[in-house]
Amino acid sequence: MARADQAPGIRPRSTLGRRLDIAARHAFPASCTILLMLLSLTPFDIVDQAELLPAVTVACVYFWSLFRPAAMPPPVVFLIGLLLDLLGYLPLGVGVLTLLIVHGLALRWRTVLTRLGFLMVWLAFAGFGAGAAAVSWLLTMLLSFRMLPLGPAIFEAVLTAALYPALAILFIRAHRSVADPERA
Amino acid sequence: MLYLSIQARQALAKLTLPVLIAASFGLMLIGKADTLLAERARMALADSLAPIYAALAEPLADVRDAVANTTDLWDIRAENARLRQENDELRRWQSIALALDAENRRLKADLHWIPDPAPSYITARVVADAGGVYAKAVLLSVGPHHGIRKGEIALDERGLVGRVTEVGARTARVLLITDLNSRIPVILQNSGAHAILIGTNGPRPRLVYWPEGTMPQEGERVVTSTDAGAFPANLPVGIVHFTSANVPEVIPAAKLDRLEIVRIFDYGLGGIVAPEVPITLPERRGR
Repeated sequence: MARADQAPGIRPRSTLGRRLDIAARHAFPASCTILLMLLSLTPFDIVDQAELLPAVTVACVYFWSLFRPAAMPPPVVFLIGLLLDLLGYLPLGVGVLTLLIVHGLALRWRTVLTRLGFLMVWLAFAGFGAGAAAVSWLLTMLLSFRMLPLGPAIFEAVLTAALYPALAILFIRAHRSVADPERA
Repeated sequence: MLYLSIQARQALAKLTLPVLIAASFGLMLIGKADTLLAERARMALADSLAPIYAALAEPLADVRDAVANTTDLWDIRAENARLRQENDELRRWQSIALALDAENRRLKADLHWIPDPAPSYITARVVADAGGVYAKAVLLSVGPHHGIRKGEIALDERGLVGRVTEVGARTARVLLITDLNSRIPVILQNSGAHAILIGTNGPRPRLVYWPEGTMPQEGERVVTSTDAGAFPANLPVGIVHFTSANVPEVIPAAKLDRLEIVRIFDYGLGGIVAPEVPITLPERRGR
């Protein structure tokens, strides 16, 4: 279906620049997620920096699945998950499955969650972060056939929840300005 | 472009997620069946990202140094006093060491001792953490045509760091001695007893399998042993420390949480190295 049929009305002519602008705004969530993932790997010399990568990734996928699902479709989530597995040295498929579950559940509860205030969305996200850390801990353990200490998983869950507000403030601003296709 | 009816589009859109979830299980199977595939993909990705991290490392190091300098200025007096004392102590040790070295050389000359060949080494900068949440490893940036092979040994200026487990075109991954999968044959230096050092993902690996009757002692030096042909003898690993639960651990000599530069030594040991390709035995012909 053409775009004009979905939202009839008067709009500027679609020149190349405009189309590029719209494409860039559509690509913003995914590209910003990948950029943040790469940034989280930069050696800042912080102890236990490894947990930063999954925390950032889960927060990004959750936020954009909730507020701009059109720009975070399942195939993109799949690719981001693959990148998480490769960059985070997880067994292949663990990050993919975790992120797809986060994406699916966020989509399912979207109608409820997006109507709630920031605090409730954050609280819900704390649950998502804990669930994601638990799933990847369990799957990593299953796939490597050995008991893994629970400490890193708990730290990952806490870090994920703690990181969300900082990221969300940035994303909400972007959501209303640079990432909004309507403003192209 | 393919034109589909609205119903078909909606059905397809609903199917994407379940199909992709199934694909992720497939990915797990592939990852389990062909571990080399994941390893190659990882090293290719690391190869392409390493220059970026290497470029970022220098300004970050400058910032770190600036911060460290300001905190150092704060307690420079106390530090100075401590260093003077340590210097006096080290001077005493130096004279002892020089005397022992001279004696050692004389004894070796008398015995016609054949010295160990000096191993070749490559110095490399640590550019990133390569362990993820459930492993302890670091990524080294090495130039192209580096000649590093799996199983070579990484040391920093103080002691054993780990072993090279994956090698890319311009990067190498070193599994630290603290990793959960690390098993290192060691010798307790006071008693000469053999033991195994196992990583726990924590900062201190544990000592196990020491012979009955020779308990490790607090503060005892631990060095590598040549058992299994994976390590040369007498590389410093750390010192024994007992936890409150009376479990012997080793405080690593190397600064594993703040690795900056390591040296990769080639001792020419063909110890336990995971094979690059599955070994296929030549088929036996009928007699």
